Amino acid sequence: MAGFFNRLKESLTRTRQNLVQKVEELVTGRTRIDDELYDELEEVLISADVGAETALELVERLRQRVKAEKIGDPAGLKDLLQQEIAKVLGERTATVNLEHQPAVVLVVGVNGVGKTTTIAKLAHRCREEGRQVLLVAGDTFRAAAIDQLEVWGRRIGVEVIRHQAGADPAAVAFDALQAAKGRGVDVVIMDTAGRLHNKTNLMEELKKVNRVLNRAMPGAPHETLLVLDATTGQNAINQARIFDEAIGITGLVLTKLDGTAKGGVVVAIRAELAIPVKFVGVGEGLDDLRDFDPAEFARALFAGDGEEEEG
Amino acid sequence: MAMFEGLADKLQDTLKKLRGKGKIDEADVTAAMREVRLALLAADVNLKVVKDFVGRVKERAVGQEVLASLTPGQQVVKVVYDELVALMGGDTARINLASRPPTVIMLVGLQGAGKTTTAAKLGLFLRKQGRRPLLVACDVYRPAAIKQLEVLGEQLDLPVFNLGTEVSPVDIAVKAIAEADSQGRDVVVLDTAGRLHINEELMDELRAIKVRVKPQEILLVVDAMTGQDAVNVAAAFNRDLEINGVVLTKLDGDARGGAALSIKAVTGCPIKLAGVGEKADALEPFHPDRMASRILGMGDVLTLIEKAQAAVDADTIREMEMKIRKADFNLEDFLAQMQQMKKMGPMDQLLGMLPGMNKMKALKDVEIDEKEMKHIEAIILSMTPEERRNPQVLKDSRKRRIAKGSGTSVQKVNQLIKNFEQTRKLMKQFADFRGPKGPGKGGSKGKGKAKGGFRLPFFKV
Ligand SMILES: Nc1nc2c(ncn2[C@@H]2O[C@H](COP(=O)(O)OP(=O)(O)OP(=O)(O)O)[C@@H](O)[C@H]2O)c(=O)[nH]1
Ligand SMILES: [Mg+2]
Repeated sequence: MAGFFNRLKESLTRTRQNLVQKVEELVTGRTRIDDELYDELEEVLISADVGAETALELVERLRQRVKAEKIGDPAGLKDLLQQEIAKVLGERTATVNLEHQPAVVLVVGVNGVGKTTTIAKLAHRCREEGRQVLLVAGDTFRAAAIDQLEVWGRRIGVEVIRHQAGADPAAVAFDALQAAKGRGVDVVIMDTAGRLHNKTNLMEELKKVNRVLNRAMPGAPHETLLVLDATTGQNAINQARIFDEAIGITGLVLTKLDGTAKGGVVVAIRAELAIPVKFVGVGEGLDDLRDFDPAEFARALFAGDGEEEEG
Repeated sequence: MAMFEGLADKLQDTLKKLRGKGKIDEADVTAAMREVRLALLAADVNLKVVKDFVGRVKERAVGQEVLASLTPGQQVVKVVYDELVALMGGDTARINLASRPPTVIMLVGLQGAGKTTTAAKLGLFLRKQGRRPLLVACDVYRPAAIKQLEVLGEQLDLPVFNLGTEVSPVDIAVKAIAEADSQGRDVVVLDTAGRLHINEELMDELRAIKVRVKPQEILLVVDAMTGQDAVNVAAAFNRDLEINGVVLTKLDGDARGGAALSIKAVTGCPIKLAGVGEKADALEPFHPDRMASRILGMGDVLTLIEKAQAAVDADTIREMEMKIRKADFNLEDFLAQMQQMKKMGPMDQLLGMLPGMNKMKALKDVEIDEKEMKHIEAIILSMTPEERRNPQVLKDSRKRRIAKGSGTSVQKVNQLIKNFEQTRKLMKQFADFRGPKGPGKGGSKGKGKAKGGFRLPFFKV
């Protein structure tokens, strides 16, 4: 976990404008807890894409705790806010369920968020854990999407089930599960075409894929991961809501956290839809997938110098 | 969190509550500005940009034009909207073309923003303008990125230049220009790999390409869903490359697209093009006014407000309300009101401008209403002024005459009269219910209550 922690911290401190430093700035040099301080905390959260409403709620909770616990020192606020965020994000680490034989993982999301790359990373991790993996090229729409997955498959040494471009993704899904049964595969991970959640026909197509998976193998898909780009703002809430309504999302993957975006919108999503974040992406390499631990994540956001090793 | 279904409505509510006071003051505008702030933040406009913006709008809103107006809520929205449009740049920006071909256009941006798709769309866009574009695959990093551009080029019958993944993007760009020269291609579109603005090495690579091939246009491709970080990304790309413009992608989604405003605010660069679909022809010139409506979540409501203001003067509204209160609102008034409405334009267009109006569904019903309105109008016009003022005088023979004159039927005429009577009663009750102080007693107080009188009773014939 220390590796994850450092990596996360590293990526978060890369910019001058990160939450950690802003909160530090706010807290040091203040002797009083006043409205201005609360406003500034709220603004830090908004700047991290937490969203105005959620930020307001979090700060309100903070106010109440300060009152209830009779806190007078502004230095304590950082810890409290971090605790409140961790509380929203969930008490413990959420992991992917790979218990089934085979476990079927469906990966969905809007265009360009990092689905295919995440699949490669996840497949790589499964391989390292000694599992046999089968990839499914369910994006038959985007130009060269199948090739992209195949390149990854070759690099990792994992087989890819594919049809030709333009084929029905549900048919690919069906074939893949038949193949998986025959070969004693442990994990099946299916890629899908990026689609905007407001396109009804594309969401219907996804529902069909979901149904076919379930028919070919009762219980499948066992995990349906929605990939979100950390750079995305409040629209991610709509994405989560609509994908969840359509096919039921079991977990989020938050990619591109190696940039300067904070991905704070997952706090709002967790608050509203109770969907846990299961992984974060911190780069384009195969090793750049990390488990998401809510408490650790919140702590990393607010950790000051000298505290980072405690994770 | 349906927080932005109509900033217009929210403002209306906020300011309506304040009207009892007879006058709206600065504190009230501050309250309204809170709603504006929330709406902009929900649309992902950067917090700093929001703060600046709200400050500026408030200054204007506190001015006479808003406080003195009959509909301050709408006026505030209009000020907000005007400022938004101004900030995003008035006219649609164009692509710079070189005096001596080939023109080089370089697409840059974060991973997954949509550069490759945009490159292909841009190729098609330029060809439609009579240009001969060459697409160049400079993304040697992402698996199958070159293949993606090649497939798109093939689909659109556009030539694609690539040198595989072993040659540096700088060399690819340089050689592509030579290739374009020899093939008589007059525009070169460089598709570069997605990269983080904080990745020094990769930003250096873009700078090197810029130095070597001197593009006329460096366009930053930005996803319309981008949140608060848009300013950091745009500022960094602009600092390192001095971009000429922005392409906003995935506008066919349901994001409000506040990033557009943020980026314009921090870079000063115009948004030149908008990606509005996955198909190759889904690339359009960017319209600041439409974007402003979208960010505010309110359809074309501003146009509607302007039309309504031009067509309806306050005196007419006040007069109308007084009549309603005294229940002597008659068919003549009704006709006048309908004609006022007509000055604003066809009903279906008007309703289409309202936010949240599902075009297909709403417009079918509206069409019927429009036809009915024509009937109503015809019937009323076939009456004598006396009959209009006093529909009780209408006996069967008169009704037959009116039916004939209006090309309807006696049944329709009866229906109209019955519905009108009911509506009049309802309106009277409504007017009484809304406050004991009628304009007759309170004088200027009537000003604030005009809205009820303006509502057109859509009864059916
Ligand atoms: N910096 C960074 N880049 C990432 C990360 N995850 C994915 N990417 C990059 O984002 C770009 C898009 O990733 P893809 O995996 O192709 O995204 P996708 O969702 O499959 O895209 P479509 O299939 O086109 O909808 C690629 O350039 C990836 O290398 C991440 O965690 N960090
Ligand atoms: Mg993909």
